[in-house]
Amino acid sequence: MSSFWSMWIIVLTTISIALITWLLFSNRKITSTKENQTTGHNYDGIEEYDNPLPSWWFKMFVASIVFAIGYLIAYPGLGNFPGLLHWTSVGKWENEVQQAELATESLYKDFMSKDIPALGDDKKAMRLGKRIFANNCAICHGVNAEGGYGFPNLSDKDWLYGGAPEQIRASITQGRSGSMPAWGAMLGNDGLTSMTEYVMNLGGAKADSDSPAAQQFTMLCSGCHGADGRGNQMLGAANLSDNIWLYGGDAGRIKQSIAKGRSGQMPSHHDKLSEEKIYLLTAYVYQLSKSVDDSKP
Amino acid sequence: MNHDLVEKNIGLMIIFIIIAISFGALVELVPLAFIKETTEPIKGLKPLNAMQLTGRDIYIREGCHVCHSQMIRPMRSETERYGHYSVAGESVYEHPFLWGSKRTGPDLARVGERYSDEWHRAHLFDPRAVVPESIMPAYPWLFNNEIEGDMVGKKMAALRKVGVPYTDADIAGAAEQVAGKKEIDAMVAYLQQLGTLLKYKR
Repeated sequence: MSSFWSMWIIVLTTISIALITWLLFSNRKITSTKENQTTGHNYDGIEEYDNPLPSWWFKMFVASIVFAIGYLIAYPGLGNFPGLLHWTSVGKWENEVQQAELATESLYKDFMSKDIPALGDDKKAMRLGKRIFANNCAICHGVNAEGGYGFPNLSDKDWLYGGAPEQIRASITQGRSGSMPAWGAMLGNDGLTSMTEYVMNLGGAKADSDSPAAQQFTMLCSGCHGADGRGNQMLGAANLSDNIWLYGGDAGRIKQSIAKGRSGQMPSHHDKLSEEKIYLLTAYVYQLSKSVDDSKP
Repeated sequence: MNHDLVEKNIGLMIIFIIIAISFGALVELVPLAFIKETTEPIKGLKPLNAMQLTGRDIYIREGCHVCHSQMIRPMRSETERYGHYSVAGESVYEHPFLWGSKRTGPDLARVGERYSDEWHRAHLFDPRAVVPESIMPAYPWLFNNEIEGDMVGKKMAALRKVGVPYTDADIAGAAEQVAGKKEIDAMVAYLQQLGTLLKYKR
């Protein structure tokens, strides 16, 4: 604040306190001089007593003036004068954060010293991880990490970008950006229908590898999804041969995916969450898929 | 002292009342309009572009600010959840500001870049599709309504009159930038820039 505005505030505040003090004392009457003295106002026979201020009210007024002066000395209020306590709202916040960091420092240090698979057995770490997940991840991936339409399920064994601890950690830290181009214009409606059929059969019975769709798949899709449609975790290309579909596995939805393309984005968290929290989250997410029954896909 | 003088001269009384009640405003409001801390933009702050500005007006039209504040207070419980506390310099181009004081939904001051565009679209179309326990209303009409392009430039010109540094080129190109776009695109563009200038690792 410039010194002009600082002085402006100091002068006006001082004047206003001085004025109300003067007003209070200059109008003060300690006792009535005569019994039942009136102000002299007389309206239709109704008169007004001229009594002193009630003493409790007068004392509270004085107390509030004293409080105001004390407050302005202790806390910031008079322009640039910081107050004797040097209190600021940011300082208070920094203090709170520091206290919390001190309290959790050793806890996180302990977590960081363990490797990610081992953390899955640490009940305390998982409890904390679950909370961090609920606060930051659940909004897209669901409270139970089961995902939704367009948002990957993290509690199964299928991974777009890999399920190893380092891969999960990279996904959280840097985010991911997946993009599948639209093939509708190139394939045409008939081409889309046969391609949809081919893709749906990739996992099941033997797909006809001599059909035109198969040749088109090799030409257009295998670059990312692989020749057998098993996907590529380096690119985040989905495995098309299993029964897990991010955007729906019925013919209509698959056709839509091929025709219009798809793009999915996982925001990066390196500038939002501390390294320790990302580590803990990684362990939590890793543990989610570890605890899945192996007989299920 | 004799109060007759004031009580019998209503004009004098009005003057004294104005003096008495103006102290608060002179001390607490007037300096804020002139001091650097509240009038200078923070580093990197740009006026909203045509899409974002349109989104902001849809945000106001749909009453988003009634349930969502845009003001993170300097308390750890808030900064842990939302990110860096809000500062005055972030709002210098906002007319009117949308700080709010009531949260039925979460604060949105730093919602930008937290979720993907696709998430916002899914969420605005039907909040329950992505957050089953949500009580937020759905806004499906944003996906059908086209933006009225001719209004955007006028809004920018009006904002320029109150100090938002739009250039002539911004105003001239505004209609073109929003041409053919749906309201949802503008809304997502607005949401994705909210509070992205100040970073704080939680």
